Amino acid sequence: MKNLPRLLLPAVFLAAAGSFRAENLAVLGDTVHTMTGAPLKNGVVLVHDGKIEAVGPADAIRIPDGYRVLKAAVVTPGIIDAHATAGLSGVLNQPHDQDQLEKSGAFQPELRAIDAYNAKDPLIAWIRSYGVTTINTGHAPGALASGQTIIVKTLGRTADEDVVNPAAMTALTLGNGGLSRPDAGPAAAGPKSPGTRAKAVAMLRAELIKAQEYAKKREAKDETKRPARDLKAETLLRAFSGEQPLLINAQRQQDILSALRVAKEFGVKLVLDGCAEAPAVLAEIKASGFPVVLHPTMARSNEDAEGLSMETAAKLKAAGIPFALQSGFEAYVPKTRVVLFEAALAAGRGLGFDAALASVTTDAAKILGIADRTGSLEKGKDADLALYDGDPFEYTSHCTGTVINGVVFADGPH
Amino acid sequence: MRYRKLLGCAALVGLAAGLGAQEKPQVFSGAQIIPIAGEPIAHGVLVVQGGRIVAVGAAGKVALPAGAEVHDVTGKVLMPGLVDSHSHIGGGTGGDGSGPIQPDARVLDSIDVRDASIQKAQAGGITTANVMPGSGHLISGQTLYLKLRDGRVIDDLLIKLPDGTTAGGLKMANGTNSMRGANGFPGTRAKSAALVREQYIKAQEYREKIRRANGDAEKMPPRDLALEELVEVLDGKRVVQHHTHRADDILTVLRIAKEFGYKVVLHHVSEGWKVAGEIAAAGAPCSVIMVDSPGGKLETRDLSWQTPAILEKAGVLVGFHTDDSVTDSRVFLRSAALGVRAGMTRKGALEAVTIANAKILGLEARIGSLEAGKDADFILLSGDPLSVYTHIEQTWIEGRKVFDLADPQDHLYAVGGPGAGDPHRAHLCCFTAAADLGLAANEDEQ
Repeated sequence: MKNLPRLLLPAVFLAAAGSFRAENLAVLGDTVHTMTGAPLKNGVVLVHDGKIEAVGPADAIRIPDGYRVLKAAVVTPGIIDAHATAGLSGVLNQPHDQDQLEKSGAFQPELRAIDAYNAKDPLIAWIRSYGVTTINTGHAPGALASGQTIIVKTLGRTADEDVVNPAAMTALTLGNGGLSRPDAGPAAAGPKSPGTRAKAVAMLRAELIKAQEYAKKREAKDETKRPARDLKAETLLRAFSGEQPLLINAQRQQDILSALRVAKEFGVKLVLDGCAEAPAVLAEIKASGFPVVLHPTMARSNEDAEGLSMETAAKLKAAGIPFALQSGFEAYVPKTRVVLFEAALAAGRGLGFDAALASVTTDAAKILGIADRTGSLEKGKDADLALYDGDPFEYTSHCTGTVINGVVFADGPH
Repeated sequence: MRYRKLLGCAALVGLAAGLGAQEKPQVFSGAQIIPIAGEPIAHGVLVVQGGRIVAVGAAGKVALPAGAEVHDVTGKVLMPGLVDSHSHIGGGTGGDGSGPIQPDARVLDSIDVRDASIQKAQAGGITTANVMPGSGHLISGQTLYLKLRDGRVIDDLLIKLPDGTTAGGLKMANGTNSMRGANGFPGTRAKSAALVREQYIKAQEYREKIRRANGDAEKMPPRDLALEELVEVLDGKRVVQHHTHRADDILTVLRIAKEFGYKVVLHHVSEGWKVAGEIAAAGAPCSVIMVDSPGGKLETRDLSWQTPAILEKAGVLVGFHTDDSVTDSRVFLRSAALGVRAGMTRKGALEAVTIANAKILGLEARIGSLEAGKDADFILLSGDPLSVYTHIEQTWIEGRKVFDLADPQDHLYAVGGPGAGDPHRAHLCCFTAAADLGLAANEDEQ
């Protein structure tokens, strides 16, 4: 029993690096997946001042004096979770730590995850202990428009310190999960409308038209004729400009098509979310050019997502549709999925190792618009790395360390 | 597999009864065999007849019966069918909201054997499952240990014990799930324990009245369905399968079981790591769930992913369960792999989804390992059972194939997709050409 305390769970929760000090590091991997080409055998990643200083084979890189050396069998870029609710849907699942869904209205794009994100929630440390370094997190599906997501590093300090993009995407839901009807999901106790799919789309279109009119009025030469600020419209306008896409959760094929129809009508930028029935409309998704953040396959396959498949990721890949994976939202036990395990399942069901790893690193970074900073191991990028003692996707392997912005987290092998 | 088997059964209705005894022996040859009882066999042979294992061993060392149907399974891995010690497949229910103690409610009376969750469990390699009522009661009802045979009605899935009774346990729970605080439900932990003790004392008295009656019908107490079940528990004929999370709740379960001398299996045991020594000392087996993260309910905040390893080291018999739909039956082997990640031995982790669970259900003489005389329940895999890249290709129960990944319908159950959640209704046959189904079933069966 001597070493038992080291094994215990609270250690995970408490082990967050106290100082959050970026270190100068030499990370040595038997295999280093840089995601910029073939994996390096006996590779080295040098980290200086929170950034990647150099990447290359061991015989070509000189490790400067004073650099802390970390070793692992496999080194990958820090894992990216393209859609989570961690930090808003707290571990305890009690009313005081559940901030993922506001039920007072069906259309509230003005809600910002940055105003709710709890960097100290134990689930942030939990997912980090599996190598997850960046999450696009925010409000859960369940309202037509539930809020704006935030992209954060899982450093566990504060939202303001850890933020990468304070308003990354605007989360919407089309389909049963976003309706307010007795048989619907989380929104059942919410507003009266939308009660049907057609009503939901009508409401969304009306809001987009309002935003367009708002934009026109804002251009009025006579300042007195300009409208009062409208947070909803301002949020939606950033989808017109493309800087803050609509992240539309749509599981059924008709809901996916509705999202594409609306996007075409208004010229707004989308990221499709969920997409359990994507295999039925691959050609339409491909033609739209919009990426998919695929549902967590480990989630319970019920309601709109009852047709989800472990092979959908492989089908998206084969169709040439850009996609990433997500942990999604869990209302009960377990309180969050781990996107590493989602990638593992996809890898084993036709996607294969390379594409699965890309879906939670470089491809996810591109979809989240943060590829200039994360997603691959390249000189100048943020020093975000995950260390494993074997194939990261094998359930029997461990994550032995996580590095974020040069800060080392070693919570014990997970 | 379901449609074909159903129709096949209909077509063969007259033959079905005698089929088991007359069928020719089957030989599965060339696979790596993980018998659980003993070390893996690199090139193994499994001989099956009449639903039972006739022999298992290394190629060349096992006598091959004449006239056997030989399946060349070279390159595959063959291991016992998985045993899940806690599941909710089939959508069964137990007691209702009328009170906290309902041992009279039987999950038997509520299961839909056509529910897709049963096909999915077959796809996950599960051949035997303890199907339980929920955990919202102190005693929520009688559980069933089911063989996941392709069945038309629940009777087709039951396990009959040598004494003629049906195999099953009694579901109990403590902690917050059953603390509903209304309708006679307890509002505190101490009240929960008091209600349970009161009930077992009644059962002791009831048993005493029966003993005193000494077979005299005049003196027998009136039949009481609830107390009859508790007497079975007191007599050791029915094991208590007990939901419990927190360390103090675990100790309460052990305290009450000791007081009344009944056998109990601890389920979930999220805080089992805190009291591993006490659990080991009590000799109580644990059925552990492996989930992606802690939390989701207050009682599981201190769940440790390393619990199974800590319990194994302490000498506790450890099994895993799906609690389907909390975790998905199709990835049940993942629990064993995560057990290894947590620090369990590979042997212990594989046993935790086979023989340990068989022991937890008291069925270790029939299932849980590949040994001559045991039921021919086994799975064929494409590789190492603990690898994420491995697929379960076939599931066999008592010498019959119930799942085949090469079959499009079974493939749908295995990976999901449109229709994978649909329950299977007999009337579907009316829209499908009988020749497509019945004939295929015949070919498959012989």
